[in-house]
Amino acid sequence: MSAPAGLPPRPSAGAAAYAGGPAEVAAPQAGALRRHNGPVQSPMQFPSGYGLHPPNYSVLSGRYSQVPNKAVSPHLDNQYRASYHSTYYSAPAQNVMTPSVATNVLNTQESQQLYNKTSPQTAGSTEGLTQGAISSASYLHTSAQQSYSAFGNHYSTSVSSSVASQGFPLNSDHYTMPVVSSAMYPTVSYPSAAIDSVYGQVYTSQSLPDVGQFKQTNTFSSQSTAVPHSLQQHVPVGYNSTLPTVSSAQSVQDSLSRNLTGSLTKANNQISTGGIDSLQPVQSVSQKAQFTKPGVGTAASSAATSSMRTPAPGLSPEPRSTPSFTQSPESALQEGMQYGGYVNNQASSAPAPLSSSSDDEEEDEEDEEAAIDSSSTTSSASPVLNNYDALEGGGYPETRSVTSSPVPAPSVPQPSKTSKPFGYGYPALQPGYQNATPPAPVQPSNPGHHPGFQHYQQQYPGVNQLSSSLGGLSLQHSQQPESLRPVNLTQDRNILPVSSLPAPVPNLNSDLRKLNCSPDSFRCTLTNVPQTQALLNKAKLPLGLLLHPFRDLTQLPVITSSTIVRCRSCRTYINPFVSFIDQRRWKCNLCYRVNDVPEEFMYNPLTRSYGEPHKRPEVQNSTVEFIASSDYMLRPPQPAVYLFVLDVSHNAVEAGYLTIVCQSLLENLDKLPGDSRTRIGFITFDSTVQFYNLQEGLSQPQMLIVSDIDDIFLPTPDSLLVNLHESKELIKDLLNALPNMFTNTRETHSALGPALQAAFKLMSPTGGRISVFQTQLPSLGAGLLHSREDPNQRSSTTVVQHLGPATDFYKKLALDCSGQQTAVDLFLLSSQYSDLASLACMSKYSAGCIYYYPSFHHIHNPAQAEKLQKDLKRYLTRKIGFEAVMRIRCTKGLSIHTFHGNFFVRSTDLLSLANINPDAGFAVQMSIEESLTDTSLVCFQTALLYTSSKGERRIRVHTLCLPVVNSLADVYAGADVQAVVCLLANMAVDRSVSSSLADARDALVNAVMDSLEAYMSTASNLQQSVLVAPNSLKLFPLYVLALLKQKAFRTGTSTRLDDRVYAMCQMKSQPLVHLMKMIHPNMYRIDKLIDESAIHVNDKVVPQPPIQKLSAEKLTREGAFLMDCGSIFYIWIGKNCNNNFIKDVLGYPNYASVPQKMTQLPEADALSSERTRSFISWLRDSRPLSPVLQVIKDENPAKTDFFQHLIEDRTEAAFSYYEFLLQIQQQICK
Amino acid sequence: MESVVFIFSLIDCCALIFLAVYFIITLSDLECDYINARSCCSKLNKWVVPELIGHAIVTVLMLISLHWFIFLLNLPVATWNIYRFIMVPSGNMGVFDPTEIHNRGQLKSHMKEAMIKLGFHLLCFFMYLYSMILALIND
Repeated sequence: MSAPAGLPPRPSAGAAAYAGGPAEVAAPQAGALRRHNGPVQSPMQFPSGYGLHPPNYSVLSGRYSQVPNKAVSPHLDNQYRASYHSTYYSAPAQNVMTPSVATNVLNTQESQQLYNKTSPQTAGSTEGLTQGAISSASYLHTSAQQSYSAFGNHYSTSVSSSVASQGFPLNSDHYTMPVVSSAMYPTVSYPSAAIDSVYGQVYTSQSLPDVGQFKQTNTFSSQSTAVPHSLQQHVPVGYNSTLPTVSSAQSVQDSLSRNLTGSLTKANNQISTGGIDSLQPVQSVSQKAQFTKPGVGTAASSAATSSMRTPAPGLSPEPRSTPSFTQSPESALQEGMQYGGYVNNQASSAPAPLSSSSDDEEEDEEDEEAAIDSSSTTSSASPVLNNYDALEGGGYPETRSVTSSPVPAPSVPQPSKTSKPFGYGYPALQPGYQNATPPAPVQPSNPGHHPGFQHYQQQYPGVNQLSSSLGGLSLQHSQQPESLRPVNLTQDRNILPVSSLPAPVPNLNSDLRKLNCSPDSFRCTLTNVPQTQALLNKAKLPLGLLLHPFRDLTQLPVITSSTIVRCRSCRTYINPFVSFIDQRRWKCNLCYRVNDVPEEFMYNPLTRSYGEPHKRPEVQNSTVEFIASSDYMLRPPQPAVYLFVLDVSHNAVEAGYLTIVCQSLLENLDKLPGDSRTRIGFITFDSTVQFYNLQEGLSQPQMLIVSDIDDIFLPTPDSLLVNLHESKELIKDLLNALPNMFTNTRETHSALGPALQAAFKLMSPTGGRISVFQTQLPSLGAGLLHSREDPNQRSSTTVVQHLGPATDFYKKLALDCSGQQTAVDLFLLSSQYSDLASLACMSKYSAGCIYYYPSFHHIHNPAQAEKLQKDLKRYLTRKIGFEAVMRIRCTKGLSIHTFHGNFFVRSTDLLSLANINPDAGFAVQMSIEESLTDTSLVCFQTALLYTSSKGERRIRVHTLCLPVVNSLADVYAGADVQAVVCLLANMAVDRSVSSSLADARDALVNAVMDSLEAYMSTASNLQQSVLVAPNSLKLFPLYVLALLKQKAFRTGTSTRLDDRVYAMCQMKSQPLVHLMKMIHPNMYRIDKLIDESAIHVNDKVVPQPPIQKLSAEKLTREGAFLMDCGSIFYIWIGKNCNNNFIKDVLGYPNYASVPQKMTQLPEADALSSERTRSFISWLRDSRPLSPVLQVIKDENPAKTDFFQHLIEDRTEAAFSYYEFLLQIQQQICK
Repeated sequence: MESVVFIFSLIDCCALIFLAVYFIITLSDLECDYINARSCCSKLNKWVVPELIGHAIVTVLMLISLHWFIFLLNLPVATWNIYRFIMVPSGNMGVFDPTEIHNRGQLKSHMKEAMIKLGFHLLCFFMYLYSMILALIND
């Protein structure tokens, strides 16, 4: 316990979030927290097994002796920090009991006793007390503690004098981490966080080393001056605001003194979030690739956001990404403003939360929902305004998002904007056009156009966009839209597009289309929404939305405004599709209520002019992010907390995954998203549960074993989850030691259930993320499972049982976790049946994610090992949002009735997501409850409220606008076949669990049949005996056949139950882009790559081979083929493949010498090798997960994996595509 | 004897009516977002078995006392209750599962079911009342 070197600096945005009221809000919860935190201190048991492990540590101990010393000096230097720190850490128990920190510092032993006295313990725990004392004494622990308590004394005195401490103790009581943070003024030791944390989000975790250094120096110097200043200014407000102010003050001052790079970093960061303009095509994967490459090594995982950031330090390499943002002084200024704004929000809302302080825990949850709903704007508006003026002196224009001032004059971005709806990541239909050719003047003529849009005028009477919109109308009257062109399926054999299929563009006028949400984030199965339920029923297509709300974006306007303008009745956020009736009023596009435009909103920060509310960024972008005020918080934003629960039974040690996990974690420890409050902990389990005390100051990690798995408890109330920065050395130590600690274990049992219960107890005070690594069927304690799979049934064509969970233990656990804002992510690495159907529940309902590595072995299965490595890298470094909720609203008349994805539906339309990650996709099904006759447009809005890893509360809002049609033909014209198939896949998963697999398969086939039949009956001029589909749906039968041949739904082919269940989980939780790759992989021929029609990305030539049909007929012995299955790339090499190709690309002299297990392409100089590699890396860069490459020869056992993806071919158990078509045709004509 | 049977049935029926009303109120609370799915379901699941038993007792009682008509009237409802209870998938937390109640219109169907039961129990209530009075007079 100690506050040593690791003291993370606190002046973070997170700290800011504490300002004002939220502390009170937290009060009720604190009660709950206390419960968890407290009672557990004494009960430690050290079974005999304990003696086994220490030897491992002893080796390392020498190094550690130094640590305390290092730690001391900064402390002494800095009163502020030290005081809080020590009080909190040295006497945790005291904190819990007596809120007032200032009294006295007890040494740890004392506090422990006190603690025990006050908190009534169960019999078991009191008994444990003595044991605990003894054990700690024996283990070097005590000495460390004592030395701390000594420091503690010193610090405690300073506490009382510190200005900032007003009310502090209270806070600490509830929510310990943040407290520490807000109190501390970072000095030398962790300066970097100061900056980092302020701007949450945008930084993905990887901070570039050199940037970090800059920050260090900068912060340090400026901070010392800033502190006094801020205190003066803000004391009256209360302790809470002090912190943030400091930072703001600091940053302003900084702006002058800071060197160019430092400020640029910040500015850039800000801009990346705030880049309102869509000057740069937000687009496409390929573009992202461009950004990332020059970056200092963020790698694929860093994804969009980081890619914006990377250029910062150098700026020069990336002129493109930040052309407009470069002026450093200005940006620094902006930053300062933003702080100010933020602080204000906090302060202004301070009074509000008081009212809710008396709520009990249960109600808290409710409140949170309410927070989304409740009217935030009105309550906070006036005070904020005042504050704002006072502080900023009218500096508003300079403020943040707005600041992205380089914002395009509306006219400028036009060309790039227009291309957006089309190009989005997909090459347009013309073969020559490649998607990476950036914002180019694409402007493809919209094929899917047709009338039905005239009402638009009435809808938007006041908007001046209108004039231009009418211009576009004339184009729309073509006789028959391309998407309706009938395609004879049985005769037309080449229906696959040459490159990836673009999302259909809603038939809106050009202005609205420009504004519309990107199809990558938000897609509807029917881009022309039928007017009535009857029409929808006739079309026989499902109506639903596919969402990818937290996608990594390269450009996202971030809005810091004291008022978030929302409809007063339905709480819709203002969006580009509302209509302004006049200057002062706007009409909600979801419920049609007329609302007032708040005074503040009249001012347009972009143009710095007054009276142009429709030019505000909120109204110019359909995807925006708001920085939320404290009205949107129930408690102070939580810190990032990560807990790893690792299986260390014999089976796990055999598989050898620990090495990979620990290694990945070590490498990415600094890149974990978070701020200075980030906490981390480890639990391992076999037949017992082992905890690790990583409290800073210990000379080595301390293992605490709990063998009482029937009644699990935490052996010590704190120091199991430790601050990442403070205890970094210990953590590294543990990670280095862990893989070897259990090498000789003979324990074969796995007490997963108790370990999870312990993890839940550990996490419940804060919430966060639990990552569970499991390698076998849990066999002990609560939640134990039995093998349900009958291997003889694997290829059964009739009944597939046990797709549902066997016990409700994991579901209950998940719901408990979800209630405490904790998500459980499952990594299952097993070679045998592990009942994923039951285990998956822990992730499904807690908004976690599931990874499965069948027959994992670190040596025997290198492909899986590599996959785990890559997945982990992405997993650990990707963005994360905590304590999130998502609400989907739609225009009156539509209603959502079913949700798909990993979450818990807390109330009718509120999804509770303990964590949100950029790889999570969702789907919803809708029905039309009231006919939509009186409207020509419908809108859908998702609002995702989350806490960023930097402790900022943010709301990401996507709005999609679609036209309403009243004829069946139009409905078909607007069908989005990919979305339809993905939604059907989700529905089929539900069906197979609730009913049976056979039912689900029938339903899929019927879906195709019914819709084609319905289409054919509308087009009366068609021959009845021919199977015809509209162009928009021509791939429908193919995709459904692909679904039927998926692991999830196939029958007749031997499929392990876990594989099947995993495929189902994937379908439910993957976003559309990934899911489509999984359902229908893309195959390319790569042995004759040519530069024709190649695209240029970052000065690299990327050849664009056409997509091949997934059929063996396309495979030739002379060729080499690449199949892109999303998470894996297969390269199949024909027997007679050109030796030059094998030599150049694979690096082997001939076909025979190519090894069986090859997962990498050598870097050769030859042109063909270069082309191949640039093509593969281009494909890789287009997705967050870096896929594993597998080279397959004919005699390779993995061959079956490859061939099972050739879905147009016939297998023993399933039809070929042509047969499938014939079957459908027969059924229809019957 | 006859009257005792009906007095008991009447009391039992009253309890079932209250229960049905409680179900309806709780479900509509959920519909209006006053409570969350988790607490709603745990509240309701507690009463599924008592309801089932309460209704089964009356049904059996009618069979024993040889009131065929009333027995046959009660039989389908009792069977449905038992069927519903048995058919809960092993992974679910009871008849009402918080993770599914908002999906596929389950909430609506639960509501409908509770309404129908309320109507049925009211009908039974008057029948028992009539029979009880008749029995008392006959005694």
